[in-house]
Formats: sequence, C-alpha cells, structure tokens
Amino acid sequence: MIVEWVQGQAQLVFSCLLALVVVGVMLLGVAYSILAERWIAAWVQDRRGPNRAGFFRLFGSFHFWGLGQPIADGGKFFLKEDIIPDNVDKPLFILGPATIFIVALVGFAVIPWGGQVQIGDALLNVQVANPDIGLLYVLGVGSLGVYGVVLGGYASNNKYSFFGGIRATAQMLSYEIPMGLAILVVVLATGQLRLEEIVLSQMGDGDVWNVVRHPLACFLLVVTLFAETSRTPFDMPEAEQELVGGFHTEYSSMKFALFFLAEYAHMITGSAFLMVLFFGGWHIPFVPGLQPGDTAWWAMLLKMLVMAGKIALMMVFYIWVRWTLPRLRFDQLMRLAWKGLVPLGLGLIAFALGMLYIGKPQAWVWTLVGNVVILATMLGITALIPSRVTGRQYDMPELPPRTSAPASIGGP
Amino acid sequence: MIKDEDIVVVEEPQLSAAERWYIPQIADGMLVTLRHLFKKKLTVHYPEQKRDLVVGNYRGVHRLNRDDQGRVACVACFMCATACPVNCIHIEADEAPWPDREKYPAKFEIDELRCIFCGMCEEACPVDAIELTPVHDLISLSREQMIFDKEKLLEMYDQTKNLKPRKNPQITGYPATGDRREGKPADNEETAA
Repeated sequence: MIVEWVQGQAQLVFSCLLALVVVGVMLLGVAYSILAERWIAAWVQDRRGPNRAGFFRLFGSFHFWGLGQPIADGGKFFLKEDIIPDNVDKPLFILGPATIFIVALVGFAVIPWGGQVQIGDALLNVQVANPDIGLLYVLGVGSLGVYGVVLGGYASNNKYSFFGGIRATAQMLSYEIPMGLAILVVVLATGQLRLEEIVLSQMGDGDVWNVVRHPLACFLLVVTLFAETSRTPFDMPEAEQELVGGFHTEYSSMKFALFFLAEYAHMITGSAFLMVLFFGGWHIPFVPGLQPGDTAWWAMLLKMLVMAGKIALMMVFYIWVRWTLPRLRFDQLMRLAWKGLVPLGLGLIAFALGMLYIGKPQAWVWTLVGNVVILATMLGITALIPSRVTGRQYDMPELPPRTSAPASIGGP
Repeated sequence: MIKDEDIVVVEEPQLSAAERWYIPQIADGMLVTLRHLFKKKLTVHYPEQKRDLVVGNYRGVHRLNRDDQGRVACVACFMCATACPVNCIHIEADEAPWPDREKYPAKFEIDELRCIFCGMCEEACPVDAIELTPVHDLISLSREQMIFDKEKLLEMYDQTKNLKPRKNPQITGYPATGDRREGKPADNEETAA
C-alpha cells in the first residue's frame, strides 16, 4: 500500500531527492565561491592566490591548485573558540546567524533547474516546489535576508554592530523598491508569477530572452541584487573602515562562518533568480537537448549544468565588480536609489503598461526601441542637472565663504 | 594662528557627464581589472621558485671567508665585535697556528636572532673576512641553533662562494711583529729598507 502511495507521489519523492541534492551542491558551491573570490582578488592584484592546500598529499606533491582550501577553511572555523560575549542578548545572538543562513538556503526551493523530466510514465518538474506565487516567494524570502543581519547587529549590544544592522535595514528598504519595479516589468510582460512559466515564455517560437526584451530592467535588477546581497559597492553594513567589522563584529568561529557563507548563498540565490528572469534559466537557443521538449534524463542533467554554469558566470561578475569598485558613501547610496533607480524603474513600468495596453507586451523589437528611448531620456536628464562630488546639492544653502580661521567652517 | 593668506580655497571638482552616468566610468574600471586578471603574475611559487636577488649587496646571513689555503681569513682583531651595535658577535682569540699572522679566532659566534643585519661588521673588517650573503631564509627549531659558530659560518662561505664570490683580493702575509718566521727578516724591516 505504501509502495502504491509512493508511486502516486512521484513528484513529491523527486522533489525531496532534488532538495537534498540542491542543498548539497549549493553548500559546495558556496565553499568554492569563497575560493573563487580569493583567487580573483589575487589575480586582479597580480598575485597568485591560494594554491597550496591539497588533499593531505594523497597524490604526492601535487596540490590541485589549492582546491582543498575550502576544507581547510571550514576545519579552521569549526576548531576556533566560539565566544559569546557577556552583554549580548543571548537567544537573539544565536538566532541571528541561523536565521540568515536558513533564509539564504530556502530561496532555492522554487528555482527551476531543468524543465521537465520523464521518469517511467510520470512527467516531473525539475523543481523542488512549483507554487503559483513562485516569484513572490523569492521576493519575500529574499527580503527576510536582512532579518538575520539586523538581529545579529542588535543582539551584539555594540554600537558599531548596531550601525551595521541599521544601515542594512535602510539599504534593503531603499533597494527593494527598484528591485520590485524591475521584476514587475517582467511580470507585466509575461503575465506569470510561476518561475517555470517565465522561463518557458523566453523560448517559444520568435521569443527571445528577457534580457533582449527588457535590458534596462535587467540592469536595474543586477544593480539591486548587488545591494540586496550587501556586496561592494553597496557593502555598507560591513564597511570595515567605519564600523570595525559591521554587524558581525562580535561573532566568532562557526557563527561568523554562517554569516560569511550566507552572503555567498544569497549571491547564488540572487544569480539563479536573475538567470531565470532574464537569461532563460536552463535554456540556450538552438542547442539540442536544452529545449522544452527534451525530457530525457540526460537532457535534465545537461539543463542543470547549463543553469549552474550561468550562475557561476554571474558569481564571477559579482566578484569581479567587488575587486574593481570602491564603496559608495551612504548618502550616495541613497541618492542612487531614490534619484536614479526608482525613477528609472517607474519609467520602465509606465512603458511596460503601455505595451500591455496596445496588446503587444512581448514584441521584443518594440520594447527594445522603447528601452533605448528611456535610456536616452535618463542620460539627457542627468547630463543637464549638474551635481557635486561631495553630495552637497545645489538647492542647499551655500556654506559661508572660507576667509579666516577654520573655526568658522561649521556649516550654515 | 592661521593667517588669511595661508588659506587656499579648493573648489569642489565638477563631475563630467560620463562620471555622472556612472556606467562609462565603471566599465573603464572593469576593463582595468580585467586586464590585470590575465596579466603575468608578479609573485612566484615561493619554496619551489625563488626570485633572483639582483642586489649584490643584499644583507642576509653572515659568512666567514676562507683564504686560498682554506683557512679562516679572520685575524681575530675584534673590530666587528666592537662595531656591532647589538653586540651579537662573540670572539675568543688564540695564538695562530700559522706563521703568517698572530691571532686567529678559536671561537667565533654570531647570534643571528640578535643581529639586525646592519652590515657594520662587514664595513669594519680590515681583512674582509666577515661578509653578509644573500641567504635570507633563516630557519631553525630552537634559539640555540640560531647561534652560528665558526664551522657553520665557514660552511656558509662554502655554500655561497659561487653565488657571491669574495669581493676583495685576500690579504696575506701580514707584517708580523716579532720574529715568528724562521730564517726570514721581518716584513717591517723590508718595507723600511
């Protein structure tokens, strides 16, 4: 009887198996993203990076280009002394890293990994869950990511940690809005909230990836993803020059490692999300085996590989940006969000609604032309409005002229 | 008190259009880092590869030079021990077993942990017996091993004489005081004549 029930629940069993596999691969991916981060950091600075840690000299003196490094790092974190300072809010202090890590992992549940697969006579979704509100789920869970940061900063009972948490909150609130607008453009164009359907809408006859249809929305999402994951140039919550270590100053050992890993887990989730929305998920045009009709098991594996490869490319981009750009100051961060990205997002929404009104939300040639027009308008406006480096705006009162001793330079 | 004429008013720089659009400047920076990604690396795989030290006067571990007969060149004059600012050189002199000099070091020890590698000993030495080598990877398991005695310093010369040949020609046949050499007039009498 149980056997029959299990056969009826093929999708459930498959989803459970997939969840295990995805979490495993994900944790491995997180560990190796850290290695990639260190490698690319080194290469950008003309160094060689970690290339020593091998696997216990099992293979003589060959050390696998340092691929054993994540294992060594993990072992180090486990063996370090785990300090809980006296004056912290103990339950919340422990809850902080747990929250951020769990939240970073559960976002993966709705990512479509490889279309559909035929096993026996059942056609199964290669997706842990396929809820109607898949997109809203990702958004909701993604926003919870800040919760762990705020908990950690608040529970630490340390003003610099607290500043880190507060900054994270303000930053997330500001960047959720342009992110939501960018996603809304896709939702308006495809009329779908299911992530699998959004992927499928990019590969029909005459269809193109959403990045071709809505390049500006894609750009908007990329920028806000950097802010949502607190990566450079938006890593205000852990600005070490100003805030000691930021929200994780008081953490040590594995609790710190959880914060550290959660950052990368967030980046991977964000990358997967971006790939699904704008880069066709597991799809590559004209490549056999990567089309919606291919449901063989090997096609599924191929699709998962393609998806993983796309995510890896985006991770490299994340890291590359980190080792290029300096951090924005907090007022510059806010200015970029509220004066740059939000108006751009609103313009894109208005345009997408217009396309919907004339009944051609997916006509990519026209959306492309519209995007170019919007971009030109934005650039024209910014070119006409002069702005100052220090962020002191022209509509603010002028400072008194500096004529005598510095004591008089106090502001208006 | 800061005088008015000392104050320089610096105008805020204005951003160009490209700088206000962010993206062209960001793309520029990304290209710079991209070029560095594939550039030749400046660092080397250290224990396997070693960088050639181009400086001939690198101040590393000391050595005691040998003369052409393989004897220690030092004449135990204590000039280096006197010049040493951290007193890391310990010499015990004895009468030389060879006829061409009066003294030789029975004991010659350098505490490499105390040494600051200033090279003053090399400067002070009148016979160019003590020199600093380019050897810089100085490791040991204990403090005692870091005190280099005469044998170890001479061995250091054997190891590095090809890497850094002894700079100046050796000075032998020092004018000796007294009648140490049988059947030969003293050198100072020759120079006097």
